[in-house]
Amino acid sequence: ESTSVYSGSVDGSLYLTKNQKEKLRMTMPMTLSFCYMALLWLREPITLSELLRFVVEGHIPYLNIFQHFPEKMKLCGLDLKIFCVESWPVYEEVFNKMHELAAFLDLPRFPDITDSCFLHPDMLCMKYLMEANLPDELHNWTCRVVKKIGIGEVDFLTLMPGNKSTRKVKYDVLAAAVIVVVLKLLFLLDDHYEWLLSEFAEERNKNNTEGGPYFEFKKWYEVVKHSLDMEQKKLDEERAKYLWRCEKPLFYSVKNKSKVLKRRQMVVNLQNQFGKLSGSVRRAEKPNPSSFQLSWSEENTDGSCFHGHSLKGILQEKCGLLRAMNPDYWLCTVKLCNEKLCGHLAHYREVEFPQSYHFVLGLFSFLLRIQPSYIHDEVCMIEHKLFNKKLCKKLKYNTVLRK
Amino acid sequence: SSHEHKLNFKKSKEACLSYIQDALLQKQWKRAAEFLTCYVESLEKDYSREHIGPSEKIWRIGTEILWHHSQSSMKEFNCFMEQMKTLGVKRYLKVCLEHVFHLLCNGQIDEAYQNLSLAESWRFGEQTALQDKEMKLIQAYRGLLDYYSWSKQKNILLEHAEDGFSDLAVEQEMHGYFRKAAVNLKEIIKIPGIWDVFVKCYVDLLEFYGDHNEACQVLNEYAYNSKFPANPNAHVYLYQFLKRQGESKKSLVSALKILHDIVPSHELMIDFNTMLQKSKKRKKRRLGLEVIFAALDYAGWKENAKAWSCLARQVKQIVISEKHLDWIKQEWNSRKDWWPAFHFSRYLAKRNWQENKSLSYEKALVAGILLGKDCKYFKYVSHQGCKAQLKRFRMMKKFVNRHNPVYLRISG
Repeated sequence: ESTSVYSGSVDGSLYLTKNQKEKLRMTMPMTLSFCYMALLWLREPITLSELLRFVVEGHIPYLNIFQHFPEKMKLCGLDLKIFCVESWPVYEEVFNKMHELAAFLDLPRFPDITDSCFLHPDMLCMKYLMEANLPDELHNWTCRVVKKIGIGEVDFLTLMPGNKSTRKVKYDVLAAAVIVVVLKLLFLLDDHYEWLLSEFAEERNKNNTEGGPYFEFKKWYEVVKHSLDMEQKKLDEERAKYLWRCEKPLFYSVKNKSKVLKRRQMVVNLQNQFGKLSGSVRRAEKPNPSSFQLSWSEENTDGSCFHGHSLKGILQEKCGLLRAMNPDYWLCTVKLCNEKLCGHLAHYREVEFPQSYHFVLGLFSFLLRIQPSYIHDEVCMIEHKLFNKKLCKKLKYNTVLRK
Repeated sequence: SSHEHKLNFKKSKEACLSYIQDALLQKQWKRAAEFLTCYVESLEKDYSREHIGPSEKIWRIGTEILWHHSQSSMKEFNCFMEQMKTLGVKRYLKVCLEHVFHLLCNGQIDEAYQNLSLAESWRFGEQTALQDKEMKLIQAYRGLLDYYSWSKQKNILLEHAEDGFSDLAVEQEMHGYFRKAAVNLKEIIKIPGIWDVFVKCYVDLLEFYGDHNEACQVLNEYAYNSKFPANPNAHVYLYQFLKRQGESKKSLVSALKILHDIVPSHELMIDFNTMLQKSKKRKKRRLGLEVIFAALDYAGWKENAKAWSCLARQVKQIVISEKHLDWIKQEWNSRKDWWPAFHFSRYLAKRNWQENKSLSYEKALVAGILLGKDCKYFKYVSHQGCKAQLKRFRMMKKFVNRHNPVYLRISG
């Protein structure tokens, strides 16, 4: 094979020189921004966190993409820096670049996200409630919160590229945060009240003659924590076993081709030798992509599914309406930070929060594969919208509010 | 706790190594193999800045797994080792040497020898000089295997001699192995280090061929050259050699004196004390007492009846002669605060009596002299001994009672 075949791209080195006037340079993560942008435009029923999870699970070509290039396109030299992927795509990066891209392309207002769309918080809340094994009845509450603070409005949810005044919506994170706020509204989550309430519900369950059992926080916590821990452990092992290379090796130049091929051969030999000694057979086929990472079946007789449980155990009737027994609420933060300056609305790590709050954030953090601090930011944002009037009265820091 | 959701090549391999480490520590070879399979692609990445690169890690981890895994064969192991030799030229000789060790552990002496010979002939530019130490070791171990062959031939020869006929061919072969072995063993022991096995073999060769001067010189160098790391065994070997050669007591004593200084609890201290006790020189007898007391300071000697009998004999002898009681006083001075609890408690009296009557006898005698006839140990053992109507215990009791004033002089 002649050397000219291995010259790689014509402008690879130019592409990578640092003094680029345009900050928007096509990279592998940016291709995902493109994909997400298209999916959003088409209002496909898939969130960004799901998309990235599918990428990491190998259902979407991304890692070692050059395997799928036409024969004529041979990567060489600096192309490797562009096309070689050695890290998982990061939600924030893909998200931010998508918006930059939409503005750069001068796109008009995206198609409306209405309440019949998958990405609408009412829909996503339903999905996440199911996945978190929470009672269906909580959906009424999430819808109420969504309506009250106006985050179900079409103008709030629909993307208007280039509009810097509106906050960009992370549909998946937003929905998760709504659920967290609802849990705080009903259970307080201060490491005391939710357990007391649970005991109360347990008592009421003993005399419960109606069909479905009352929801008990303690039981839910035990079941979900157990599954979560198991899944997290599996995930941790998969991270350690993650394979980055493929059969087709890349060489920087013709000179190191033989060395690279030798190494590849050695790697394959060792993988075969130790693979045989591994005991269990590695799955030959990847399992199909699944929208749900945790699933709970009502058919299980062990009572591990809480979808049909009733909230009556923790609600009280007043004037014909069911209201939460919990009269209190604690704010995650009294004052929101300037997101543009420090990147966050609030600082999750620097404050001590109740363990139950950590747990709930951790659950959604696992499902969405993002840092809990991002969900925390959305929770703060929602709380501030929800308690807007009360906050204007300038209450003392860390005061518990009466609803 | 929040989990990191980002991941990159380096972090995933670090995590992988951590899982491998856990599996190895728990001897879960299959699991270790599973994770190692995922780790090996690190070879394709540039780690030149790291202190220990993936190729070295894979060599070490893979060796452990293949050595212990139930389904792994020696053939697979050897194949893996050959691959590892090609992976890092800077480690080539080290890998060869460790491979040889494994072959030897597996009883494959011939294969080990072949590998050593092959490694000896390796040349690779400046690497050859850089790996000089490993090369010397390889030559030394080949020398060791040559010694082993020599030894076999020697035994055959001796058998034949017993049967009444000589075998020239075997003899020639034997001499051949001797020459090969001697050359290499001599070289390695020149370098400061701990070379016990090489020294022993070399000395064995020299003694067989009657070169006692050379052997003596080698052993002296090994024991006294300050460049060599302190090694009690060196003195033991020298002592044993001098004893075999029938050297004078003086030289034997000087060899063991150093051993006493560096390892007062060494098992040869009994021999040393026995030798010193018999000496006509006062200084030597004094040293003997010091040696045996020092040995018994160590927990490992608590139940050594022979050691106690040495002490008992010497103490008894001093008491009878009524000379040098101050020796006992000096030795006892630093011990009187803790030896009673350490050696002469009532619990130990009971236990020693039950388990080893001779031990209790010797100890009781010593206790009686050092602590007087009212000491717990002596009282219990002598009482039990007399009850059992054992003559020597009766005699011992009488002896201690008669010499009780001595105790007062020692303790005062």
